[in-house]
Amino acid sequence: MTRKCAVVTFPGSNCDYDLYKAVQLVGGEAEFRWHRDTELGNVDAVLLPGGFSYGDYLRAGAIARFSPIMDAVTAFAERGGPVLGICNGFQILCEADLLPGALLRNRTVRFHSHDVYIRAENTDTLFTADLAAGEVLRVPIAHADGQYHADPETLAALEGQGRVAFRYSDRNGEITDAANPNGSVKNIAGILNARGNVLGMMPHPERAVEPVLGSTDGLGIFTSLLRSLAPAGSA
Amino acid sequence: MSSYRLEIRVTPRPGLLDPEGAAIQHALGSLGFHAVTDVRVGKAIYVDASAVSEGAALELGEAMCRRLLANPVTEDFEVSLHQPTGAEAS
Repeated sequence: MTRKCAVVTFPGSNCDYDLYKAVQLVGGEAEFRWHRDTELGNVDAVLLPGGFSYGDYLRAGAIARFSPIMDAVTAFAERGGPVLGICNGFQILCEADLLPGALLRNRTVRFHSHDVYIRAENTDTLFTADLAAGEVLRVPIAHADGQYHADPETLAALEGQGRVAFRYSDRNGEITDAANPNGSVKNIAGILNARGNVLGMMPHPERAVEPVLGSTDGLGIFTSLLRSLAPAGSA
Repeated sequence: MSSYRLEIRVTPRPGLLDPEGAAIQHALGSLGFHAVTDVRVGKAIYVDASAVSEGAALELGEAMCRRLLANPVTEDFEVSLHQPTGAEAS
């Protein structure tokens, strides 16, 4: 039984190898797909990495969303396949309408590159099952366009359906404005689609998977995903 | 078919926080432009395209905005025919 994750590389992706390594660290198999590929092949999950696809021209993710591979990613998501988009990957998922809302320029108008704390808001998902309820993770962010925005109806749906996966918090898990690095509405750091098989998040769990990186708090997201791919009864 | 130059303006929705505009407004204020009450930053995109008529060219521009050039969640757009100075006949 394979537990194979496709990592899609776009021109300008820069976290693709980090994701590849993170998957391997938790016992999965990773394979790269190029943005020009038209098929994903036999894979169990798709990961869209961070970076600056197409130089963030026009809007972050706006051009990558029309890459040839994205038709296959969309079809995979619509069949219920797990898709995780991190940072630029999250922006691409929003542009592709696989997730609602949009990521705007940080309210500080500055690029933020530092660790943040995020609180797990829903641990009953493919991506968070290994986390404790309300667990606080220390993970890095590195973005200029990370201010999550959605209209009030969309926000109500996200909140009401448990689709806010992570919120920016302080180290104790308190949701405060001071802990919100980019001005995201309701401190939202990551959201799920209605079916629960697509997660987009601005922070970088793949950069927090080994002690040498300063934090291993990101591991739980990858172990959760890999476990969800395992056949029933196996480890 | 004639050639048209479209001017496409994409701007953040009214009411949406525009941190870039706010930063520029602050800078203008510190330069003494105290009359400034609001600044919004958008972008202008110039597209040359061939179409059978002005109307068709404008429609084409609007289709481009809906598909790619503007994000319907956060941005408004406006398409107009750009009149270049010293326009050459097409």
